[in-house]
Amino acid sequence: MNMPLAKSDMSASIPAAPAAPATAKVLALPSRQTPFNARMLAALGRFATAVLPPLVMLLLLLTVWEILCSRPGATLPAPSKIWTEAHDLIVDPFFRNGPQDIGLGWRVLISLQRVAIGYGFAALIGIALGTLIGQSVWAMRGLDPIFQVLRTISPLAWLPISLAAFRDSQPSAIFVIFITAVWPIIINTAVGIRNIPQDYRNVAAVLKLNHLEFFYKIMIPSAAPYIFTGLRIGIGLSWLAIVAAEMLTGGVGIGFFICDAWNSLRLPYIVVALVYIGVIGFVLDRLVAAIAGIITRGTSVS
Amino acid sequence: MRPFCKIDHVDKVFTRGSTSTRVLKDITFEVTKGEYVSLIGHSGCGKSTLLNIVAGLTNATTGGVLIDGVEVNEPGPDRAVVFQNHSLLPWLTVYENVRLAVDKVFGKGKSRAERDEWTLHNLELVQMTHARDKRPSEVSGGMKQRVGIARALAMEPKVLLLDEPFGALDALTRARLQDTVMALHQKLGNTVMMITHDVDEAVLLSDRIIMMTNGPDAEIGEILTMPMARPRKRLELVSDAAFLACRQRVLEFLYERHRFVEAAA
Repeated sequence: MNMPLAKSDMSASIPAAPAAPATAKVLALPSRQTPFNARMLAALGRFATAVLPPLVMLLLLLTVWEILCSRPGATLPAPSKIWTEAHDLIVDPFFRNGPQDIGLGWRVLISLQRVAIGYGFAALIGIALGTLIGQSVWAMRGLDPIFQVLRTISPLAWLPISLAAFRDSQPSAIFVIFITAVWPIIINTAVGIRNIPQDYRNVAAVLKLNHLEFFYKIMIPSAAPYIFTGLRIGIGLSWLAIVAAEMLTGGVGIGFFICDAWNSLRLPYIVVALVYIGVIGFVLDRLVAAIAGIITRGTSVS
Repeated sequence: MRPFCKIDHVDKVFTRGSTSTRVLKDITFEVTKGEYVSLIGHSGCGKSTLLNIVAGLTNATTGGVLIDGVEVNEPGPDRAVVFQNHSLLPWLTVYENVRLAVDKVFGKGKSRAERDEWTLHNLELVQMTHARDKRPSEVSGGMKQRVGIARALAMEPKVLLLDEPFGALDALTRARLQDTVMALHQKLGNTVMMITHDVDEAVLLSDRIIMMTNGPDAEIGEILTMPMARPRKRLELVSDAAFLACRQRVLEFLYERHRFVEAAA
C-alpha cells in the first residue's frame, strides 16, 4: 500500500544526490562534558519520577485514613493519634528502658537474626537438595512427590511439632523459618539444574570436568537465575512466617511485640510495627534481588 | 603409515520403544594427519551423529573410532569440538572461557604464567585479544564463534571437530571466518573434521569431501578429493577449473542423485 509513495520518494531523492560540490567547514563539536547544572537537573528529574508518585499516593491514603478514623466511634486510630501516642516509638527505634521495653529497631534485629539463621539453613539445604533432585532422576521420582505434599503445609502447622521436638521457643521459630523458606529454594534449584543446556554439558564432557568442577563451574552459575528466584521467594515467605511464629512463641521479636500490644490494646503501636515489618520485608526482597543481579550478570543472555 | 584417524564400520541404531532406526550404516573412512575433511549431506543424514561418535559424546552401536591408535569411548580434549551455537559459558568472559579449557588441559603441565600466555596466544590466533574481558553476550555472533575456535585450538586437539561452525552466521562474516580457519589450518597443520551443508564452503576448505546419502541407513555415497593447491584464495578459485569441477560434482551428488526427499523424514 505504501509502495507507490516509497517509489516516488526514491526517484525524487536519486537525482538530488550529486548536489553542489562539498565545501569543508570546521564545526566546533559540542563539549562532551555536559554542564554540571544539567546533570544535576537530570538526576533530580529521575528522583522526582521515582519518588513523587508514591509520595503523593501515600499522602492521599493518609488523608483518607485520617478523615475516616476521626469520626466519633471509629474503631481504629487515625494517623494523627498514632503520631501522638506512639511518638517515642517512632522517633527512636533504638532505646532501651528495660529488658522488655526496647525500641522497635532492636526487636526487628532480633527477628532478623532468627530469620538469618533459619533462612541460611534453608538456602544451604535447599540448594543441595534441589541439585540432587535436578541431577538424579531417581532422587526426583522418590522425593518430588513428598516435597509437593509437604510444601503445602502452613508454616504455623509445623510449630507444635517443632516445639515438641526442640522444647524451646528459639529453635522452634528458626525451624519454622527454615521449613517455610526451603521449599521454593528446592523446587527452583531443581528446575534450574534440569534446564542446564545440553551444550554446557557437552562442553564439560569434552573438557573432562570432574563432578566437583562441573558443580561449581557449570551447574551453579547456569542455574543461578533459578536459584535466586527461589531464594527471593524464600526470603519473602520467611519474613511472613517469623511474625506469625513469634506471635505464638513469645520472646522479644517484632511478632511478639504485636501480640503484646494487642493484649494491652495499644493499637497505635501495632500500626507502627506493621509499617516496620513492611519496610523491612521490602528491603530484604530488594537486597536478595540486588545480590542476584550482581552474581548472575550476563547469565540470562546467551 | 598407519592412518591417524580411522572410522571403522560404524553403525548407529536409535531405539525408541519397539521401533529402531538405523541412522548410520557401515561408515568407514580414514583421515591422515593434517588433513581437512568435510562431511556433507542433507539434514537428517546423521552427519552430526557421526561427529558426536568421533567426539565420544555418543557411542556407536557397532564399529568404532581410532584416533592415533587409541579407541574412542568417551569425550576428551584431544577431540575438541567447535559447536554450531558456540556454546560459550555466558557467565565467563572471553578470556575466562578459553582459560577454563587451558587450565583443565594444561593444569599440571604448565605454570600459571604459561597458561595465561597460552590463552592469550590462542585469542591472538583468532584476533580476539581486543575483547578478552567482554562477556559472550557483548560480542557478535562471528566473534563468539572465533572464541569457540580459540577454545578448541587451545586444547591442542589431535583432531579438531567442527559441527557446522559457520551455520548460524551471515554470509560476509562466514566468509571472513572461513578465511581465518583456512589460515589457521595452514599455519598449525591441525587435522580437521568439519560438518557442513554449504557446498562452496566444503570445496574451499577441504582436502577431501565425504558425501553422505540420505538417512535412515545413511552411508558414504562418494568421497571427492580436492586437487587445488594451498594456500587457496577465495577470489582466484572462483574461476579455477578444478574448483568449479569439484563444486559441480558435489552439487550433482546432493541435488540430483540424492535429492532430499521430504516424505522420507
